[in-house]
Amino acid sequence: MALKITAGCVNCWACEPLCPSAAIEPASPHFYIDPVACCECAGTYAEPQCASICPIEGAIVDACGGALNPPGSLTGIPPDLLEQARARIRAR
Amino acid sequence: MESKQAGPERISPSNCAGRGCGGGDTLDRLPAAIRERVHNHPCFSADAHHHYARMHVAVAPACNIQCHYCNRKYDCANESRPGVVSELLEPQQAAAKVAAVAAHIPQLAVVGIAGPGDPLANPERTFATFRLIAERTPDLRLCVSTNGLALPETVDTLCRYNIEHVTVTINCLDPDIGAEIYPWVFWNNRRVRGRKGAEILIEQQQLGLERLVERGMLVKVNSVLIPGVNDQHLTEVSRAVKAKGAFLHNLMPLIAAPEHGTFYGLMGQRAPRASELRALQTACAGEMAIMRHCKQCRADAVGMLGDDRSAEFTRERIATLEIDDDAALARRAATREAIERRRQAATPALVPVATLSPPRPTTRAARIAVASSDGRRVDQHFGQAERFLVYEVDEQGERLLDDRPLARYCNGAEHCDEDDDALAPALAALADCAMVLCARIGLTPWEGLEAAGIRPNGELAMSPIEQALHAAHRELADLGALSVDEPQCATLSA
Ligand code: SF4
Ligand code: SF4
Repeated sequence: MALKITAGCVNCWACEPLCPSAAIEPASPHFYIDPVACCECAGTYAEPQCASICPIEGAIVDACGGALNPPGSLTGIPPDLLEQARARIRAR
Repeated sequence: MESKQAGPERISPSNCAGRGCGGGDTLDRLPAAIRERVHNHPCFSADAHHHYARMHVAVAPACNIQCHYCNRKYDCANESRPGVVSELLEPQQAAAKVAAVAAHIPQLAVVGIAGPGDPLANPERTFATFRLIAERTPDLRLCVSTNGLALPETVDTLCRYNIEHVTVTINCLDPDIGAEIYPWVFWNNRRVRGRKGAEILIEQQQLGLERLVERGMLVKVNSVLIPGVNDQHLTEVSRAVKAKGAFLHNLMPLIAAPEHGTFYGLMGQRAPRASELRALQTACAGEMAIMRHCKQCRADAVGMLGDDRSAEFTRERIATLEIDDDAALARRAATREAIERRRQAATPALVPVATLSPPRPTTRAARIAVASSDGRRVDQHFGQAERFLVYEVDEQGERLLDDRPLARYCNGAEHCDEDDDALAPALAALADCAMVLCARIGLTPWEGLEAAGIRPNGELAMSPIEQALHAAHRELADLGALSVDEPQCATLSA
């Protein structure tokens, strides 16, 4: 099993130095995970390291295409509360 | 030797009228021992920034936290202008670039690593760069900035290099406020969200600050003023970091525009008004030395403050240069000696410590817009500009307030498509500006701007922006448009 980087990646480099399997490399148009080398951090860390530091929701997905960081998980604001949060922030 | 250099004479003291571009109240208040240490640092000593150059190398891409005012597509927003992407260098390339710049700009005194991510989240790359720089150009002093999360564990290593100062961005002490600024941090191999994450970050920042001070390192603190989030809290931050031994506090305005794609920008968080920033700076000046002439440089800036020469030192060009490191070192030493002789002759040593309050400005601030294709020079025809950079300029210096794309000011197709009303978006975008600087301008827009009370100015074509802004501010002052006694007119204070 391996994780995959999608077009959402902004090439920020955060994941690359953390991978215990050296599976991540800079590539064009975005970073790439070698599916043979990636072990989803099994046995080394409780959570996949790349997905734990990636700043972009949806940029890293599992083998089934499910986002490890789904919408709202990194801003801390669930999508259905977004408008409410926007109104609160605009009022500042 | 220095005559080639644009800096010292052209950005003449008359710009700063002895007030030192806002550094006047920076260094005066520092203990003599610290003043001595930063005397030649262009970013701290207002006088030094006329004489010495600095550069940044972008070697540290990764970051270990998320700030709501940062978009990771671009350089770290704690230290750089928003929306800028620096070319990432390997440590070897960075050291070669430093050697090349140091050989061509003998006024170079300081090299900083500020990004594009967090330097201490990339310890191998950052320290390899410092080591290589120390080998080739041992006289240059180094500085580094960080969000502080990895600071405590790197203090020992930092103290091993010729590092003059460390900048830590500290926006809060209260984790509830922190949770509004930092949605998460990466800590012990996990992502920690919300208040808990902010708590860890704050603890690490404070611990790092204490350890650095213990080791005798100079520590500067940057804070971003975020209205409605930490505006009421920053005087407390100022007090606390001073008590812990930080030598300087740099208060920076939040820059949040939707097109920068930051969380704050997209959510409509407003930036502070210039008056709010100034009020806070003044309130904090009672607590400790406040820095006012910071230019929020790029993570790959090169040269004198206000005259970025990074475009001259591309990787391709550096590869073709042959550099004699020893000869360059000797040349720098001679240059420094000559500069110090000049400075000694010009000023009675250092500014006296007794100047406790900032000098009362004799003119008001003005908003001035610039048409520039590269953010460095006034190089665009008014009619071709698709965006304007808007600055707030006063005697102390200038600050970028806003990058305004004209597209944002198009109110429907009727306005923007028809020729006769092509000026409308520009007038809307520049409504609060006293002057607009461009390379050239046609007669029709000239008249339109004048009718709207905005002075067009094409005389500073191709000048570096900072220099042009100072000249423009002086011109407005000479026209009597900025005298302090006059009631603020709406166009200037909006
Ligand atoms: S899941 Fe772990 S092993 Fe796989 S790429 Fe990410 S960091 Fe590397
Ligand atoms: S951390 Fe995410 S956005 Fe950054 S390079 Fe890795 S996959 Fe791309």
